[in-house]
Amino acid sequence: MNTQRFNWQIWAGFLLSLAASISYPVIFMRWPTTRDFPWVTLLLYVVAAALLVIGIRRAFASGRALKSKIAASILTALTLVIMGLFLFSTLIMSRWLPASQGAPQVGQKAPDFSLVDANGKTVSLSELLSSSTGGQQMSKPKGVLLIFYRGYW
Amino acid sequence: MCHSELRSIEKNLDKFHQAGIRPVAISVDNPEINREQMVGNAGYTFTFLSDPNLDAIRRYDLVHAGAGENGHDIARPAEFLIDSKGTVRWLNLTENYFVRARPEQILEAAKTVSSEQ
Repeated sequence: MNTQRFNWQIWAGFLLSLAASISYPVIFMRWPTTRDFPWVTLLLYVVAAALLVIGIRRAFASGRALKSKIAASILTALTLVIMGLFLFSTLIMSRWLPASQGAPQVGQKAPDFSLVDANGKTVSLSELLSSSTGGQQMSKPKGVLLIFYRGYW
Repeated sequence: MCHSELRSIEKNLDKFHQAGIRPVAISVDNPEINREQMVGNAGYTFTFLSDPNLDAIRRYDLVHAGAGENGHDIARPAEFLIDSKGTVRWLNLTENYFVRARPEQILEAAKTVSSEQ
């Protein structure tokens, strides 16, 4: 009867792969060391895969009900889909960025622009470089760091 | 949305100011979103600029066509360090969305800019 006990490994493997995938955007993307490469998730995937292998071997052992084999197969397939989607989005899709070959290079003049700040005030790059606008505790800056980001849209 | 890069700038804002570097964030978000979300909710204290028509984003060749919600054009992540004469001194065009410039890296690159008159 021992073989008919609850196959916890297969469930643990499935749930762990799910938790590992979710943990990246929710937790590990916050710090550069765990964000630049999702190694925490990949480590957890290794553990999840090991659990799945044990679970599949249990499910397909002789004397095990068909129901158990089907459940193990479905959970394994779902886990592989989860892992596949995660790896695809973090390692492949994340590189689908425009080449930006026309971006100003080192030594070139940075194109000027006039944009509206969070207070509704229009400021230009030359103003940012030459004055202490924006309520910051700074005299005339030595330089400006432009950080372009995707935004909420 | 992941703020880890912007948050790391905010955390190191004193160091940037000491180096004479003013961080300025630019996205397609409108000023209302920047005021409510970035300055209000997230508590950023450096400058946030709105580029809903992608004027600056296009001029810097950073348009990521259709990559935003509902197929909006947005900016790809990028960082530029510009000196007081308006010359680009350092830039980072990441090849991977999840890999961004770190504050230490930017401050290191800013050293020559900071030491100028």
